[in-house]
Amino acid sequence: MIKKPFFGLGKPKLQYSGINNIEGKDLKEIPPSTRVTLMHKSPGGELGELVLSIGDEVRTGQKLNLREMGEEYLTSTATGTITDISHTTEYTGQTFTSVSIEAKSKDLWDDEFEKTGKDAAPENALTFLSSLPGISDLSSLIEIDNPLNTIIINGLDRDLLVATNQIIVKTMAEHLSEGIEYLKKITGVSRFIFVVPPSLRVEAEQSGAEVEVIEPVYPDATPGLLMKRILDNPVPPSRTFEDLGVAFINPEAVVALRTAFVEGKLPVTKVLTVIDKDNKLTCIKARIGTPVRDILSALNIDVSHGDRLVFGGPMSGQSVYSEDMPILHDTDAIMVQDKDQVNPSGNDPCINCGECVRVCPAKIPVNMLIRLLENGLYEEAAQEYDLLSCVECGLCSYVCEMRIPISHYIMLGKHELPLTEGLEESNG
Amino acid sequence: MANQKLFVSSHAPYWHNGSSLSMKSYNIMLAALPAVLMGIYQYGPPALGVVALSVSTAMIWELIMNYVTKRPASIGDGNAAVIGLLMAMLLPASTPWWTVLIGTFLAVVVGKQIFGGIGCNPLNPVLVAIAIILLSWKGLLDFDEALVNYDLGFEVMVYPLAALKHLGTSVVLNYSVGDLLMGQYAGAIGSTFGIGLIIGGIYLILRGMIRWEISISFLAGVFVTAFFFNIADSEKYAAPLFHLLTGYTLIGAFFLATEDSSSPVNFVPMLIYGACAGFLTVLIRNIGAFVDGAVFAILMMNIANPLLDKIRPKPLRKGIKHA
Repeated sequence: MIKKPFFGLGKPKLQYSGINNIEGKDLKEIPPSTRVTLMHKSPGGELGELVLSIGDEVRTGQKLNLREMGEEYLTSTATGTITDISHTTEYTGQTFTSVSIEAKSKDLWDDEFEKTGKDAAPENALTFLSSLPGISDLSSLIEIDNPLNTIIINGLDRDLLVATNQIIVKTMAEHLSEGIEYLKKITGVSRFIFVVPPSLRVEAEQSGAEVEVIEPVYPDATPGLLMKRILDNPVPPSRTFEDLGVAFINPEAVVALRTAFVEGKLPVTKVLTVIDKDNKLTCIKARIGTPVRDILSALNIDVSHGDRLVFGGPMSGQSVYSEDMPILHDTDAIMVQDKDQVNPSGNDPCINCGECVRVCPAKIPVNMLIRLLENGLYEEAAQEYDLLSCVECGLCSYVCEMRIPISHYIMLGKHELPLTEGLEESNG
Repeated sequence: MANQKLFVSSHAPYWHNGSSLSMKSYNIMLAALPAVLMGIYQYGPPALGVVALSVSTAMIWELIMNYVTKRPASIGDGNAAVIGLLMAMLLPASTPWWTVLIGTFLAVVVGKQIFGGIGCNPLNPVLVAIAIILLSWKGLLDFDEALVNYDLGFEVMVYPLAALKHLGTSVVLNYSVGDLLMGQYAGAIGSTFGIGLIIGGIYLILRGMIRWEISISFLAGVFVTAFFFNIADSEKYAAPLFHLLTGYTLIGAFFLATEDSSSPVNFVPMLIYGACAGFLTVLIRNIGAFVDGAVFAILMMNIANPLLDKIRPKPLRKGIKHA
């Protein structure tokens, strides 16, 4: 944990230093697990009947259609038998369909993609590659109605300590240019901007994309801030990046796209950074759907009662409840935090010290915002104190002297705001 | 599952920079110590008595209010002790015990707790108490009257600002800059030792415990205003350095104006707040009825704080019309 220095006059200086802290540049391969769990984010609305059932045999790389209606599907990452299908709800209300597969030791590869989908065309990408390692929804890049004009490849990571994107750029630079060509074919986008730290400039220049070098200072690589900095085109609060014709993609997804089309196999492995209790980093390669338990035991990391297990990094990750939780397509890191390092939040009110205001990259008056959020005044918070400008970097909570879970309040506000607005509309 | 491990789950971020209110309070007290120790050294046991009584009663009032309002005990955060200590620093060594008791009551209960406790006070609690005492018992904070029985062997055993007010600029010559910095004149327990206050203030600024913008702009406000008064009529108005080193200027700049809850947080408002407080201080001293203006000047700017803080930078993604 990075503490405030003894002399702390300015802002905290946090850097995306992941790659410099990794010993060796090899990716440690985690042996395939005997049980994988695949999770699919359910779209809203009416859901049809499931077509998968317990006892079905599946092969590695097989496309598994989920329902009779709709186009939801999963890609199996193991060969074996489906043992369980369940629905889970995340704390934000998002529901998932999860499918567990009892895996056999020998992989049998499914050949449907190789036979019918190997041409790099938008339809094939939609039919087979909607989720790739590094991106959970590729289909948002293939917009037919509102085509994109720019894709930003983020060579920096989402969070401190995480090195996944950086290690991919470092070690797989030669595959990136091919991947970008495929991406051009399926999306029709001509402008690619590759954002990298100074240490990876050479690798990025091989890719053929426009290269934008930025200092690895947290949280400058957050999408909202990159938009402002690189394209000078910040997104208005009520709109998405896609509305402006811009999308973000991780280098890993670009490489995975190339692997799929060149080798004719759907990618099933994911690169992750594992951050242990002493903040030591290991970069690993594991099958998507592998339970965290297996990854931690392969790396000899012990976890016990009261520890914290996080998917993602220390500033913006999401803590998980169970070691059985599988790694997902967009899980870039696993962080284990010892119980001694778990900071409880405080109950006290804001003392108006202004640390959060000075650290906020979006220049939000956090001191005022938190007063409204604590009282559930979400609409006023959005209108007067810029709730929706937040880029979710977590720095406000990091510096808060009273240890108010500001970031949590902001996320709650963002979640509740559309609900209260919907309620007003229905009341007329 | 019986052998399921229970993890602690919460929202991001999972790191904290380690700062806390108690840490801040203890550092403020540490920074104030040089000036307080000098006061105790100069005035002896009575000064120590005032400091001890002030800190302890402030904490007791806080505890009583915690009990009355059925809230968890908050004296551990050190804020009540800071209020007590700063209170004592503004009083003369001869202050009677009942004044200290009433003073800390006014500061902790009236200044802070009735608004809802820490963070909710619109005015600096210490200054609220001092202002009420100043208006209610005028003689108690008249340092010449209060310290009439002391003779500490200084060249002039007279409170400089009072002397200036009543006798004109000729008295300024009696005080050398060295004497003013070393606290070699009559005054409050903890606000005369200039060097101690400056060192404490710089320590707090470097550690990020107070905002330099407020301190510096306050001092600049005092200096510039006093400078213009001085060049307009140097017979009548003292030089800027004299104003900087006397009265509550230094303790105001580093310990009072910087109180979190009652001061702004954005850059431009902090500068305006500090500069205006400095300006008002000299204005009250030079043409007002009171000997020292720092107390009322800072209180006035405390009131303006919410309005000032409306001046803020444009946030990301706000007011974009295209797309």
